[in-house]
Amino acid sequence: MLQDWFDGRKSSFSEVQGFAYTVGTYPGVLKFMSSVRLLVGTRKGAFVLTSDGKRKDWKITGPHFAGWEMYHLKGSLVNPNRLYASQSSGWFGQQIQRSDDGGETWKPMNNKFVYDGTPGTHQWYDGTAHPWEFKRVWHLEPSLTDPDTVFAGVEDAGLFKTTDGGESWNELPGLRNNETGPHWQPGAGGLCLHTIILDPTNPDRIVIAISAAGAFRSDDAGKSWKPINKGLWSKYIPNPTAEVGHCVHHIAMNPKTPNTLFMQKHWDVMRSDNAGDNWTKISGNLPTDFGFVIDVHSHEPETVYVVPIKSDSEHFPLDGKLQVFRSRTGGNAWEPMTKGLPQQNCYVNILRDAMAVDTLDECGVYFGTTGGQVYCSPDAGDSWSAITHDLPPVLSVEAQTLA
Amino acid sequence: MSVQRVRVELPLHLMRLANLSGHETTLDIAAPVTLRAVLDELERRFPALEGTMRDHVTKKRRDFLRFFACEEDWSHQSPDAPLPNAIANGTEPLLVIGAIAGGSF
Repeated sequence: MLQDWFDGRKSSFSEVQGFAYTVGTYPGVLKFMSSVRLLVGTRKGAFVLTSDGKRKDWKITGPHFAGWEMYHLKGSLVNPNRLYASQSSGWFGQQIQRSDDGGETWKPMNNKFVYDGTPGTHQWYDGTAHPWEFKRVWHLEPSLTDPDTVFAGVEDAGLFKTTDGGESWNELPGLRNNETGPHWQPGAGGLCLHTIILDPTNPDRIVIAISAAGAFRSDDAGKSWKPINKGLWSKYIPNPTAEVGHCVHHIAMNPKTPNTLFMQKHWDVMRSDNAGDNWTKISGNLPTDFGFVIDVHSHEPETVYVVPIKSDSEHFPLDGKLQVFRSRTGGNAWEPMTKGLPQQNCYVNILRDAMAVDTLDECGVYFGTTGGQVYCSPDAGDSWSAITHDLPPVLSVEAQTLA
Repeated sequence: MSVQRVRVELPLHLMRLANLSGHETTLDIAAPVTLRAVLDELERRFPALEGTMRDHVTKKRRDFLRFFACEEDWSHQSPDAPLPNAIANGTEPLLVIGAIAGGSF
């Protein structure tokens, strides 16, 4: 996406000259000299992984914010050296960090996330009313057009926004105040807003997902929201087709087809072709359709990736074999991608924000594991290799394609 | 009004957030030296520490932190009670202590 953005915006080369792998000064070779920067958040710090377009030799820097839980890092599309990071600790709470030089140096920003007005209650695990309490930021989604505007998805579920580069944060309270809010219930990982999708063709449209409330959409830039969970079926809630209560693990979208959404639910892989109004199951021949991550090929909107996990009770790959499943048909027909991945004794998990794609001509696919590996496929999933084996448990992976 | 030089010892992560080296810092506090006055001044001098020791709004102490003064736990004292003289005159540091992880992280 970043590559496309560069091409479309004619962004200046100087914006990324500070980047170690951007070499040469001839605009004609930019495509050839493209490079990739991975932003990896782990339980014990953040790491920045960089490579040229071949994606074979990687340089790793970090840990940044050593010892802290780094839930998510993401860069701005319009200024790729502007990065935002969510830094969290059970001891010291939430911090937001910002970099203006591609992750070499960072500055702590405002960390005050205060719900608008007097927050009401959501349901606790046992169905009793529980007051909304801010715990952490799970996901940071920079605006597609303004490097100073970022959305933050938080636990307990809420959506915040900065328009001054992180100097201040304000809640978009329409989501939390949705009439279904008092019925939202946390999953075991907390009542977290973990997915934020911005529509490049419609600045008023935002799709978000909350565990375990479900997916929601705004068509007025975040003022009002509606649940978009029709077609989901979840046996762990009293009414399996309820309007809310579904444990959506992650949603992915190819920016070229913003009305098509792919969802990894607790169980079930789903798709929607009308921006979430209705969902259909596309698990097809997957050996298990439990999992956390899901992503879409950068150039082929019907090529989808998931990593099946054995079950909700056993969060590791089936039979100890780490397999990425790829569908080239928008779901239902899936093929295992195993070349270069461990096919025995592998019992790691891949968490919901820990898969990403780059936008090079041959789409790169990346994912991180709770065992500290970060895997790279430079050929759209055909073959894989570990960039690194021994990081702390990986919470999130984002890929930046730099011109 | 007299101003006292107070020493505060912080956990490593808070020292790093405040961009400080070593393990303690000093603050000039107008008497009377109370826990609230020390924390207010600490947050004023180092805005990155806001919200890390007490809630932004309620000012409630975070669960995994405690405040020790002269080998006494001041975590449950009124934040407006004067701290011991040895803290107020800088003989002893006020300790901000994080709970031990116990292997869970």
